[in-house]
Amino acid sequence: MNRLVLFVPVLIFLALGILFFAGIGRENKEVLPSPLINKPFPNFILTQVEEGSKQLTQQDLIGKPMLVNVWATWCPTCKAEHEFLNTLAADGIRIVGINYKDDDAAAMQWLQDYGNPYEFNISDPDGMLGLELGVYGAPETFLVDGEGIIRAKHVGDLNPRVWEKYQPQFALMRAAASRPEESISDKGSE
Amino acid sequence: MAAEYGQIALLIALAFAAVQSVLPLYGAQTGRVWLMQYARPMALGHALFLTLSFIALVYCFVTDDFSVAYVANNSNSLLPTQFKVSAVWGAHEGSLLLWVLMLGLWGAAVALFSRSLPMDMVARVISILGMVGVGFILFTLLTSNPFERLLPSSPTDGTDLNPLLQDFGLIVHPPTLYMGYVGFSVAFAFALAALLGGRLDAAWARWSRPWTTTAWVFLTIGIALGSWWAYYELGWGGWWFWDPVENASLMPWLVGTALMHSLAVTEKRGLFKSWTVLLAIFTFSLSLLGAFLVRSGVLTSVHSFASDPERGLFILALLGITVGGSLTVYAFKAPTVSAMSSFRLLSREGFLLANNLLLILIAFVVFFGTLYPLVHEVLDLPKLSVGAPFFNTFFIPLSSMLVAIVGVGAMSRWKMMPGKLLLGQLGGALVLAILAAIAFPLLYNGEMNWSVALAVLIAVWLVATTCRDVWNKCRGDLTRIPSLGKSYLGMIIAHIGVAVSAVGIAVVSHFSIEKAIKMSPGESAQLGEYHFYFKESGLKQGPNYTAHVGLFEVSKDGEVVDTMLAEKRKYTVKGSMMTEAAIDAGLFRDLYISLGEQLADGAWAVRLQVKAYVRWIWLGAILMSVGGLLAILDKRYRQRRKEKQEARA
Repeated sequence: MNRLVLFVPVLIFLALGILFFAGIGRENKEVLPSPLINKPFPNFILTQVEEGSKQLTQQDLIGKPMLVNVWATWCPTCKAEHEFLNTLAADGIRIVGINYKDDDAAAMQWLQDYGNPYEFNISDPDGMLGLELGVYGAPETFLVDGEGIIRAKHVGDLNPRVWEKYQPQFALMRAAASRPEESISDKGSE
Repeated sequence: MAAEYGQIALLIALAFAAVQSVLPLYGAQTGRVWLMQYARPMALGHALFLTLSFIALVYCFVTDDFSVAYVANNSNSLLPTQFKVSAVWGAHEGSLLLWVLMLGLWGAAVALFSRSLPMDMVARVISILGMVGVGFILFTLLTSNPFERLLPSSPTDGTDLNPLLQDFGLIVHPPTLYMGYVGFSVAFAFALAALLGGRLDAAWARWSRPWTTTAWVFLTIGIALGSWWAYYELGWGGWWFWDPVENASLMPWLVGTALMHSLAVTEKRGLFKSWTVLLAIFTFSLSLLGAFLVRSGVLTSVHSFASDPERGLFILALLGITVGGSLTVYAFKAPTVSAMSSFRLLSREGFLLANNLLLILIAFVVFFGTLYPLVHEVLDLPKLSVGAPFFNTFFIPLSSMLVAIVGVGAMSRWKMMPGKLLLGQLGGALVLAILAAIAFPLLYNGEMNWSVALAVLIAVWLVATTCRDVWNKCRGDLTRIPSLGKSYLGMIIAHIGVAVSAVGIAVVSHFSIEKAIKMSPGESAQLGEYHFYFKESGLKQGPNYTAHVGLFEVSKDGEVVDTMLAEKRKYTVKGSMMTEAAIDAGLFRDLYISLGEQLADGAWAVRLQVKAYVRWIWLGAILMSVGGLLAILDKRYRQRRKEKQEARA
């Protein structure tokens, strides 16, 4: 055996190290500049996941400030963030889902299994709305204010750490919303 | 004050580890015995202070000291005490401290149970363990200190432990798993020490074997516990998800299994030395890789801790130093003499070589599937998820081949196995296996299922060849079985465990039935031969949650089998929902009921499942662990020590 062969493992490892290093850098690129920031939510006419017959448009978003979360059952990252979305929803935060390139029945099963943090889910089986939104990969989350204007975009999962960044902005949006807050959720009550 | 004591203890442990990593190794390289003698006391001190530090953290949790940030983020005064203790390793910082503690304890174990080893070997092994310890204690202190205080404004109560983790499985799963991961550091240290000392021989392999097997047993139990936990706690009856973090535990297990077998060849026949050393390095490297993947946020998984790029970089640097360093030492020091010519392919060595190649190939598939999404991401290609279809496509055929050669390999002789002799012994087993493979699916299901038939074929084949081998070894007199040696019997039991798991996996994947339906109290549903009656629903108040409960009466042929209580819990503090499935466990089937969403008219979305043979998966893992334990207890490892001591005296 040639001694040079014995260097193969360390070289392979070196290549992997570079890959990992590049992978770590990714974390900071979560906030992609989106041309949609401060623009109205794109127009759409799509059906609702929960009730296939019901049609939804951008008008249905207007009201309280919300998170618009792009998700799919084929996306493990969405599973990872789901528990946190449930927590946010329990705190009274309005979340609207876009079920992206997915199957309605699978989505319903998912919501049954893991809980449903969404006010309603827009069914986007062909990913057309996703295309309009410049969706880069599920999950993505948009902060949309009460007038339906996109205020921020987050690529990747939401977690307590990420939410710390957006929470102040979201709180401002809520304060600015014309309607007063209806309830302070049911925290702590039995 | 406990937090401060804990922190100080951790600093002292770091000092011990630093001395431990430098002096004994320097002594060993320069032949100074007095320096080498620092190894054992330093390793013990290192472990002692880590233990104290860990106890301090447990104390902070049990006494609800919410001024400690880590406690405030992961505990709550309402949390039951046993979960306060397990919350210690419920998130990144504390689990890292547990990791470091385990490493210290393994080092102490080496210090205590290495009396028969030459001093320079002990010094090098303990030094290397010390270096790993220094790296990880620094990591804990600099990026993930669990003792940090939230002062001056400390919260009055904590934000609670993730409800998923409030469970018995999570009390025992991480410590066992970490014992396994970290335990491979000992095999790694032995390999590196042997390389550095130029002592890559049968004795080295014999010393490494019990340590490697011990770590492997822990990892086996740890993985099985994790799978069992996912099965009953995640609420939908899956037991393996090919999640990156599960894969991260499977890879060291696969390569560790290869290492155990390769060590046997190195000990008995002096072959595969460079390969064995490389496997030892790989096994521990993959354990570290697991830690990196979970804690750096590079891959997202249901298991990942709050990710932090800074931590990611630090642990990548640790990974780089440990793996890069050891592989460089390997490149310069590994023996290049090939001893491949001294055995025939049809021999025990040949089968073990095949075992190694298959295991490594499987590990590579898992590795590739786990990291491929990362490659995509780094190259700015569209994000993608590699899921079960990819893994199953490769894993099933490769592992089937592996299972198929287990029995034959174990029955073959070293050096050369005459083909005729082998064939003569296999005929009966083959006929038996084919009959069972055809009969089982037909009898169980009424129709043929080729996947299950294949699994039964290789499993029965394995068991039959193994039994034949036992029969041969005790020359037809079964009372001789105990005299065959614990090591041999351990192997037999572990191999039978492989067959049991294989059957379990195949049957549960193909013969389980399920139904997701809407049910109101008073309604019934039929699933297979079981009749599920939704008796009533109600509310239940737990210590830190409220739950909707559904009471089900399950009967078969008119006779009640079990009354089962499924729950849907809402944990008060975080408001998160949890499904507690009701499970009626049995050797041949589990009944599994989980409550979904409550629907408008008092009805519930209910999922009913009959999981066939699911217990066999874990039963097999238990058998494998018992086999491993028996092998560790074999007199062989101690007898030789005694002989040596006698020789010395």
